[in-house]
Amino acid sequence: MDFELSEERQMLKDTAERFIREQYPIEKRHAATKSEDGFDRAIWGEFCELGLVGALIDAEAGGYGGTGEDIALVFEELGRGGVVEPFLPTLLASIPLTAHKKRGEVQMDDVVEAAMEGRTHLAFAHTEPDAYYAETHVETSAEKIGDDWELTGRKAVVVNGGTADLLVVTGRTGGDVSDEAGLGLFLVSASSPHVEMVSHQSIDGPHVAEITLNKANGKPLGTPGSDWPLIEQTLAAGTLAVCAEAVGAMETCKDMTLDYLKERKQFGKPIGSNQVLQHRMVDMLLELEQARSVVMLAANTLEADRLTRELNISAAKNLIGRAGRLIAEESIQMHGGVAMTWEYAVPHFAKRVVMIDHLFGDSDHHLQRFAELSREAEAAADA
Amino acid sequence: MDLSYSPEDLAFQADVRSWLKERLPVRLSDKVKKGTRLTRDDYLEWHAMLRERGFLAQMWPVEHGGTGWSAAQKAIFDEEIVAAAAPRVSPFGLNMLGPVLIKYGSEEQKDYYLPRILNDDDFWCQGYSEPNSGSDLASLKTTAVKDGDEWVINGQKTWTTFAHFADNIFVLARTDPDAAKPQEGISFFLVPMNLPGVEVRPILTLEGEHEVNEVFLTDVRIPLKNIVGEQNKGWTLAKYLLTFERTGIANVGNNKNSIKGIKAAARSQVKNGKPLIDDPIFAAKLAEVEIDLKALEVFNNRTIAAAGAGKAPGAESSLLKIKGTQILQETNDLMRRACGPYAAPDLPQAFDEGWNGEPPGPEYALRAARKYFNNRKTSIYGGSNEIQRNIVTKAILGL
Repeated sequence: MDFELSEERQMLKDTAERFIREQYPIEKRHAATKSEDGFDRAIWGEFCELGLVGALIDAEAGGYGGTGEDIALVFEELGRGGVVEPFLPTLLASIPLTAHKKRGEVQMDDVVEAAMEGRTHLAFAHTEPDAYYAETHVETSAEKIGDDWELTGRKAVVVNGGTADLLVVTGRTGGDVSDEAGLGLFLVSASSPHVEMVSHQSIDGPHVAEITLNKANGKPLGTPGSDWPLIEQTLAAGTLAVCAEAVGAMETCKDMTLDYLKERKQFGKPIGSNQVLQHRMVDMLLELEQARSVVMLAANTLEADRLTRELNISAAKNLIGRAGRLIAEESIQMHGGVAMTWEYAVPHFAKRVVMIDHLFGDSDHHLQRFAELSREAEAAADA
Repeated sequence: MDLSYSPEDLAFQADVRSWLKERLPVRLSDKVKKGTRLTRDDYLEWHAMLRERGFLAQMWPVEHGGTGWSAAQKAIFDEEIVAAAAPRVSPFGLNMLGPVLIKYGSEEQKDYYLPRILNDDDFWCQGYSEPNSGSDLASLKTTAVKDGDEWVINGQKTWTTFAHFADNIFVLARTDPDAAKPQEGISFFLVPMNLPGVEVRPILTLEGEHEVNEVFLTDVRIPLKNIVGEQNKGWTLAKYLLTFERTGIANVGNNKNSIKGIKAAARSQVKNGKPLIDDPIFAAKLAEVEIDLKALEVFNNRTIAAAGAGKAPGAESSLLKIKGTQILQETNDLMRRACGPYAAPDLPQAFDEGWNGEPPGPEYALRAARKYFNNRKTSIYGGSNEIQRNIVTKAILGL
């Protein structure tokens, strides 16, 4: 067992931590989320230059990372600093694109490299209005017309969809609405007249889009109809990313709350001298360490067999949802009135932590999924 | 980063596993599986087997006859013995007093007592808690007064596990009632229990079992040399001993085993025509505790790895204790629920060796509620979970 980071990864972590601490004050985040794009293009360029985007990408697609450990490391730092730039959609879209490139069947412009360098913006359009959190629920149709594929349907709450140049879209070539079979991954140009988008700011910062596809041309990235394993793998990486982001954001909540308990005085003494608050603070710390531990586990098994990977992803997402809610709510409560203000930083981290539960399935969804996968694993072990 | 065991650790695990498979007597593992009461002789038999294999003194360095195991090896061993349904080691001499003597004992004490602990010539128990000194242990009232070439000890100890098996007790007693701080006037003594003035009275725990006792000490006279460490410096030894009490505190192996047991029970129990394990509410509760345990296992291993790399585990063990006992109590609760109405009938005789009566319900239901009630102790002993939070507050949070 070895829980230390390699020298390269420690350097990456230090670089990310220092850059975000020095260059990403909360005012920058506010300005970015209030802007039309929902993020700061200049600082995105700097993130790309620093190599933080490349760290999420497999070497075969021109990056220098892309493992669970890389993803967790980068996203934890993003969470700690409250970064809203489009790391998540870039990670998600790059996975099918990288798989496509590895197969080398069809040559296309090097989209991933362009995204890594900040020249192209990507988004991953999968979730649909009626899917709730069902991973395989896709109504959007993918129809083969001659040599082309056409996509028709609606995609919901697509992170940074509004600023994307290219969309990686899931579509259904056949089967029932929630079948694993019949799913495909397609690359769609966002500027196509067959693509309509309406963007919104989300309550925790990042911008999200409702996307309507009306016979939009899609370039297949895998094998249309048989792409579910790749979609599931992509969702696993995204889930790990937001779990790690939540750990970073929870740590900021915890650190700021602890500082506040030491500084804030009432009845002539620091409020942190009250045992009732001390013990609640210990419980926050304990749940944070549990959350950090389960994310390490999920990161470490992202490249493992499917069942191990998915079990640990669901374990992580469930625990993050529970721990996140506790830490977010307790941070606000222990700060008192000041945490109810826009001006103070803590509530923005708390909002992000809570709203991460709405991405890739909430804690209830993953609890149920964990129970099902767990039975699947036991049946496999018995067989 | 690599969360798997090293090849050396895996080899060690395989070695322990095959030894247990070969040597653990079925009589003992049956008793552990059924929750049959273990006798003093059962412990001695098991100790003898561990001694023969060199697995007995797990907290001791090799030069004193110990295993010299790393924290990781200790954790592996703990998990394997639980999985194999082997008894635990009686910890008071081996895992508590032994390390204290090795660090603080005189050469004469080490030469005399350590081999006796290893050979089970002495069976030790722990004289720490008193009726009015639980969480506030340093307020203890038992006194030791020098009289000629003897110490005279007076006081009352309580919650003394295995005092009814033991022939020796290590005792914290006040030697300076006027010390500026209560911690400064305490010393650490070794007391043979066959002396006049030592009286052991059983305490029955809430489910009716006898594992703990009161120990009354009335004018008990011991030689001056039976003090360990310096006079009035016993608190340092007392705290050092408690760090050993806290090893293995996350209970990972035990908790894994409990979850296996719950699953087996919930597969055979039927609810509304389907196995209980398929009931969504039960399944959700079980999944949640399984997830918490997955996280705890990594957290525990992180702590072990940090200690192995020369960093002290310190107050993190308090966090492990809190979560470990929360999970333990949650699994006991789920097991009790899984038994349904049959959790209620209580047959104390079923835990006598050789009992072959008919259980009214499933065999496992006999122990479910007993275990649930008995293990409420885990968040109280070894420093209650509230005291653990106080420790973390000071040591980690700096409040």
